[in-house]
Amino acid sequence: MSNYTSQPNTALSPLERQYVLLTQSGLPIVAEPYHHIAEQLNISVAEVLAMTTDLQERGIIRRVAAVPNHYKLGYRYNGMTVWDVQDEYVREFGHAVGRLPFVSHCYLRPRHLPRWNYNLFAMVHGKTAQQVQQYRTQIKDLLENVLQLRNDDADQADKFQTNDMLTSTEILKKTGLRLKR
Amino acid sequence: MDKLSRHSSTALAELTELDKRIINLLQRGLPIAERPFLEIAQQLDCSEDEVLERLNQLMANKVLTRFGPMFDAVCLGGAFTLAALAVPEERFEEVTEQVNSFAEVAHNYRRSHDFNMWFVVGAESEAEVNQVISDIEQKTSLAVLNTPKLEEFYVQLYLPA
Repeated sequence: MSNYTSQPNTALSPLERQYVLLTQSGLPIVAEPYHHIAEQLNISVAEVLAMTTDLQERGIIRRVAAVPNHYKLGYRYNGMTVWDVQDEYVREFGHAVGRLPFVSHCYLRPRHLPRWNYNLFAMVHGKTAQQVQQYRTQIKDLLENVLQLRNDDADQADKFQTNDMLTSTEILKKTGLRLKR
Repeated sequence: MDKLSRHSSTALAELTELDKRIINLLQRGLPIAERPFLEIAQQLDCSEDEVLERLNQLMANKVLTRFGPMFDAVCLGGAFTLAALAVPEERFEEVTEQVNSFAEVAHNYRRSHDFNMWFVVGAESEAEVNQVISDIEQKTSLAVLNTPKLEEFYVQLYLPA
């Protein structure tokens, strides 16, 4: 794979690839969760633990953790806030938005003018619609002076907004991203 | 998964104080150890069996959806994009089926906007991702808005229980 040449650190050995295939759908919730993996890979538990630590140090594993269902915890409301930020400020302010405690993901993405003028995406989660609106307002306050105003052309006066918030109203599909082989 | 399951119909879980502490601790991550739940139990001042019993219950009730290593998908050699479609309301169900039929479509959400369908495409390479995007355009006869990540400023979902 081409990106291995620039990031040799992320290349997986055949054994590591087997490890990913065995663990990507999760570990068993038992006293010794790595035991089964060790058996399957035909190595010791200590070696499995060392491999896990190494993969984490290389950034391939972000962490070993549990993932909650948002809705079961009462986080029924989310907003994908999108912003048209002046290019020269988007990195500095992207990091600042990412540091807000209620922002879970923050990305720079390409505009597609004239259909889509937003380049900064920040995801927020809340327990009430009002809470999510407040989060949006806080981001707006932060970005106030760096938003792109595109309404100097009278014909386009109502065409572009500086920001928007898309709330999800239905899950249409949700499966994990998986390594296939 | 019931493709029409709505968020609002998901019952709120009844959680004990211990459940909440387990969820909050385990979202942040576990120590990499032969018996990680023993260390968790010590932090929570309960027994390892109790942690395992509560965790299995939380998985069974689908309060937790997954437990294990969280892989950085890009580091696994994959390529991804977030993409959207503006689907005419009368075609929404049909287009949902068309888009979801691609194994490379991992997540798909209906959102409140003219671009009312947002989905993540993941494949082995960028070329494959682009092929899937153009196949989706062909299958649905709709133009895809393709917004791949150019830069990541922050990723860490933490939802205190």
